[in-house]
Amino acid sequence: MSETSYEPNIVAFCCMHCAYAAADLAGSSRLQYPPFMKIIALPCTGRTDLGHLLRAFEDGADGVLVAGCLEGRCHYQVGNLYAKQRVNRIADLLKQIGLAPERVRMINISAGMGAKFAELANEFARDIQALGPTGLRKAAAGDAANAA
Amino acid sequence: MIVAEQKSLDEIRSLLRGKRKVLAVGCGTCVAVCFAGGKREVGVLASALRMAGQLDGSPVEVDELTVQRQCEAEYIEALKDKLADYDAVLSLGCGVGVQTIAEHYDGATVLPALNTKFMGGPTEQGVWLERCQGCGACLLDYTGGICPISRCPKQLQNGPCGGTDAGGRCEVDATMPCAWHLIWEKMDKLHRQDELLEVRPPKDWSTSRDGGVRRIVRDDLRKPKLESGA
Amino acid sequence: MSEPAAVANTTTNASLKAGSNLERLLAAGEFVVTGEIGPPKGCDAEVVRHKAELLKGYVDAANITDNQTAIVRMSSIATGLIVQQAGIEPIIQMTCRDRNRLAMQSDILGAAALGMKNVLCLSGDHQSFGNHPGAKNVHDLDSMQLIRMFQEMRDKGVFQCGEEISGGGPRLFIGAAANPFGDPIPIRPLRLKKKAIAGADFIQTQLIYDMDTFRAFMKRAVELGVPETTRILAGVGPLKSAGAARYMRDKVPGMKVPDAIVARMDNAVKDIPADDKKARAAAWRAEGIKLCIEQIRELREIPGVAGVHIMAIEWEEAVKPIAEGAGLLPRPKVS
Repeated sequence: MSETSYEPNIVAFCCMHCAYAAADLAGSSRLQYPPFMKIIALPCTGRTDLGHLLRAFEDGADGVLVAGCLEGRCHYQVGNLYAKQRVNRIADLLKQIGLAPERVRMINISAGMGAKFAELANEFARDIQALGPTGLRKAAAGDAANAA
Repeated sequence: MIVAEQKSLDEIRSLLRGKRKVLAVGCGTCVAVCFAGGKREVGVLASALRMAGQLDGSPVEVDELTVQRQCEAEYIEALKDKLADYDAVLSLGCGVGVQTIAEHYDGATVLPALNTKFMGGPTEQGVWLERCQGCGACLLDYTGGICPISRCPKQLQNGPCGGTDAGGRCEVDATMPCAWHLIWEKMDKLHRQDELLEVRPPKDWSTSRDGGVRRIVRDDLRKPKLESGA
Repeated sequence: MSEPAAVANTTTNASLKAGSNLERLLAAGEFVVTGEIGPPKGCDAEVVRHKAELLKGYVDAANITDNQTAIVRMSSIATGLIVQQAGIEPIIQMTCRDRNRLAMQSDILGAAALGMKNVLCLSGDHQSFGNHPGAKNVHDLDSMQLIRMFQEMRDKGVFQCGEEISGGGPRLFIGAAANPFGDPIPIRPLRLKKKAIAGADFIQTQLIYDMDTFRAFMKRAVELGVPETTRILAGVGPLKSAGAARYMRDKVPGMKVPDAIVARMDNAVKDIPADDKKARAAAWRAEGIKLCIEQIRELREIPGVAGVHIMAIEWEEAVKPIAEGAGLLPRPKVS
């Protein structure tokens, strides 16, 4: 499968204090980041839980990005550190499920880092494209055909 | 509380081999507060099982249900009309919960998703420590409120052993404090260290599991029976 | 036999508890020497006889370890019988890890029937250190309760449950271990006192390398009156190498080895090239023995020390030169 022919489904959980604003800045600065990335704003990445992250995969995400503030700069002190621990836990769980642990990633940026956001988002998208689809999305769509 | 830990996904999947439709049942009491078998954990486990099954070509349908307390018959009534639809019940309760479901639903295959570990409590966020072994004859009066039966690997009652190292750590696990070190310090604070010089006689273990399966009967709480002919 | 005035409250011959060689010598005020024999990881009695041969004439009695460090070995009582037949008085070690009170009592009756009179009561190393880490441990009694149980068997002629032992209780000389170096240090003399209260007739200590800490321990032990009821044998052992000293300093729980000792072992080989392994080993061993002899001489001067327990594990050959060098030979005889 060539990289260009495959459009992965990526969900990005972004903290509204930093990454969400950075994504905005990237957009208004006309910096390209993957158009197929679905951005979900959170008050803090500390709001994620294992259920959110895993359900995204079950519902067809090929990759999940969690974008929080720089370490030590969380508005709620350690919300992003909790997010990091959960991302690690999900990576471990993905391995047990049979998916590459690299499909989930935590990044840390500040609101002013529009270019950095675009760069890291593109890099993640490339990595997910290289991994290919999880196989869950297709199966979810064509369940009946598979089961028959 | 009863503290439990989820089995690995691999182990749970091997327990479920051949099952196509499973009901994952959580418990909202002890195992919920130790993040092993509450509603959230049921959701995550069910999701993981579904995905793993789909990926390796053995799809499994996993439905989720969490009851307030798996260890009492009244609370698992909710399962009654559902069980016929499932090949197995995957219980995220402690060992008591698993057994209560199994006992009340004869025909159901009930499988444990957790390993029940101990009676204890959190010592810090994300860390639980064993505190009680249910020996049935509490000696915390003698030990300043620190239990050597659950917290000393040798269950010494006149401790400590000779293996404590710098800082009074346990020789068996250097990340654990020596229970007897803690006891001597506590009794010193209470000006009761002298009491520790009295040799504690051998423990009567018959109140522990050694005495057979344990049961408590409270006549004042039992359902009254009408005398026949009365 | 004369009763030395230096020892307070010496047990008179008539009131001997077990009448073992060890007890008699201590009662006579002799500075005693005990050794140690580790049973083999097999059933070859020759191995035991050979070890006994290496100690014979140089110790007054020898400890027979009981699944030491939680590694399965020939039973201590069976080994003890072989040792006894070879002409050395055994001190049977018994741990609380592997047996409950039924097994302990039945084993001690058996040992007594076979003529064994000394027993050493221990908690036992945790099974996680041994070769069956998945084993269930027992710890029905702890070492303190074991001492007391044996004492009551002997003095009251009763089992732990209170029932009478037919024909009277076993005559035992009851020992226990003490570690002067386990933290917290201040409670160690109290724990020793507690063992004396429980009924220990003698104590063997953990290996001593830190003389200052031990002196402080003994000072407190004497203040607490421990030597009045209980003889204290100081544990010593020759170091085999600087590496062994370092290992004990850094890795063995409840053990204190001063840096000066490690430095001294290092110094012993400083003029020998690193590739001459044989010469280095010989130099280390010679230094280890020399150090041990010096330690015994020092220990002998500490009030309350009634003897030494030489632990030359898997190096039984060292016991003779040590005992000789420390002026402890020939061993006295008592009738």
